[in-house]
Amino acid sequence: MSKVDPGRYHHVLPEVIPLLASEELLFSARSQATRYAYAEAVIELGERNPRVVVLDADVSKSVGTSKFAERFPERSFNFGVAEQNMMAAAAGMATAGLIPFATTYAVFASMRALDQVRNSIHYPRLNVKIAASHGGLTPGPDGVTHQGQEDLSLLRAIAHSTIVAAADAPTTKLAVWAAAEWEGPVYLSFTRDPVPILFDLSYPFAIGRAVVIREGEDLTIVAIRDMVCQALLAAEMLAGEGIQARVIDCHTLKPLDEALILEAARQTGAIVTAESNIMYGGLGSAVAEVLVENCPIPMKRVAMGNRFAESGPYRALIKKYGMSAEHIAGAAKEVLQRKKR
Amino acid sequence: MWQVPASIEELKRIAVEIRCDIIEMTCEAGAGHPGGSLSAADIVTALYFRIMRIDPQRPDWPDRDRFILSKGHACPVWYAALAERGYFDKSHLRTLRKLDSILQGHPDMRKTPGIDMTAGSLGHGLSVGVGMALAGRLLQKDYHVWVIVGDGEVQEGSIWEAAMAASKWKLDNLTAILDRNHLQNDDCVDTEMPVEPLAGKWRAFGWEVVEIDGHDMEQIVRTLEWAREFRGRPVMIIAHTIKGKGVSFMENQVVWHGKAPCREEAEQAIRELRSCLV
Repeated sequence: MSKVDPGRYHHVLPEVIPLLASEELLFSARSQATRYAYAEAVIELGERNPRVVVLDADVSKSVGTSKFAERFPERSFNFGVAEQNMMAAAAGMATAGLIPFATTYAVFASMRALDQVRNSIHYPRLNVKIAASHGGLTPGPDGVTHQGQEDLSLLRAIAHSTIVAAADAPTTKLAVWAAAEWEGPVYLSFTRDPVPILFDLSYPFAIGRAVVIREGEDLTIVAIRDMVCQALLAAEMLAGEGIQARVIDCHTLKPLDEALILEAARQTGAIVTAESNIMYGGLGSAVAEVLVENCPIPMKRVAMGNRFAESGPYRALIKKYGMSAEHIAGAAKEVLQRKKR
Repeated sequence: MWQVPASIEELKRIAVEIRCDIIEMTCEAGAGHPGGSLSAADIVTALYFRIMRIDPQRPDWPDRDRFILSKGHACPVWYAALAERGYFDKSHLRTLRKLDSILQGHPDMRKTPGIDMTAGSLGHGLSVGVGMALAGRLLQKDYHVWVIVGDGEVQEGSIWEAAMAASKWKLDNLTAILDRNHLQNDDCVDTEMPVEPLAGKWRAFGWEVVEIDGHDMEQIVRTLEWAREFRGRPVMIIAHTIKGKGVSFMENQVVWHGKAPCREEAEQAIRELRSCLV
């Protein structure tokens, strides 16, 4: 195990940095599912802002918003297994000045209710926050029907959409609070399974502003949500081979921080993207669009391929389906080869 | 401009004017949905000129009653009512569906003063109304929410999700009006996908249900006034209507669901409509 150089890191907690030498170490330390961080954050919001209401669709116990319902029963509305109705009702509430957080799983928010999400929320630009748990492969054992591997792509295709998927519990809280301040619809994506706590509330979170969390000159890894910790692990694997990767926490998929990505492209000359979303239309596509039009450099997408996964532990799935730190490191070496040619 | 609140006789005259506007604007646009606009014309007239607490000078007034045309394709009737009520100049009606118009092919709340909710994709409006009614209760506002749904529209499953929710929360500040004109885009509703028994379904979902003649202005006004005061559960008014009402060659003809009259047809339609006034 190589020694980690803390001088390269920004915002990563000092006690976490040495753990980046090993996935086992990192995941055995403090972690939390970001869905629970959302639930805590929305209760704090409820205390501060009487216009905040939470809408559920029979997964309030799973996500943790049942605690909001206990604290603020008059501002909590459980619509049962009826996500379409919940989304359109959230739109109606927003027209009257409330700030609804419509809570469900990614697959239901982005597919079952997509018509309502497009036509009744985004088209009229209503101030609805869509809180979607079970992003990517994080609900591993639940299987494919509950794995939200397309939501980032689908929401990105909708005009006026804003999409935020934070890397850990503290930055998820910051994302939820920022979404409440943001005028207009925001899609928030959370993990079902725990992910390591990398940051704290001093993190400089702003919607649309990606953050360099590790310095590097040889290439850049742009990662989102649960892949940020994998990107950091990959960067340390690469460091062991003398390769220094910059790592960007690209928590806002849309609007994409094009300036930061182009700066990284020009300074490091190669980019790898990492997401546990399908490879079409998500972060990899978004970054590729910016690069190909402005700064075409070697690039590779680490993402879910053209297939569905299966039931299994989350971390085993991202290994089997090609999205682990090893895969990111492998992709990095590939783009470095192309960069040298 | 019309006197508001209008008398029954005045409402009838306004409804004729609104029907003429519908014919004119769809003819001018060369497209649109006259049939379902004409069937809802009397109800919309009663709401905008007698029943609803609104102020055309303040379309965003927080305490105003809300109106949602969930069957958004019938927006010519909504636009005509808003123009006649003074929300915007009547000259806009001739711009329906045209480039840069404030009057979109389906209602857009960000473009048209007085449009309380964007609509067009069927099966959304009643859910939106549920949200508005819940918000009104939470914010301690006594506005009433009025939603018109189509009889073809209730084939959408989400309508019944909304029906359950309105009943669960006993939303007596919400009234739905079902425009029972028996025709949808392709065919007769009852042939294409039967929706009866409608009253029984809505009652079973926990709503207070009444059935009216949706072209009897006196009955419409009386029922809407009653619905506003009704307490304990949401009200569904099943309004029996005639698609294309008022224009002989359009009445009960499925082809006029989504087809505009040509100039000659429009002139004949307007002659017929105005002849009721004398």
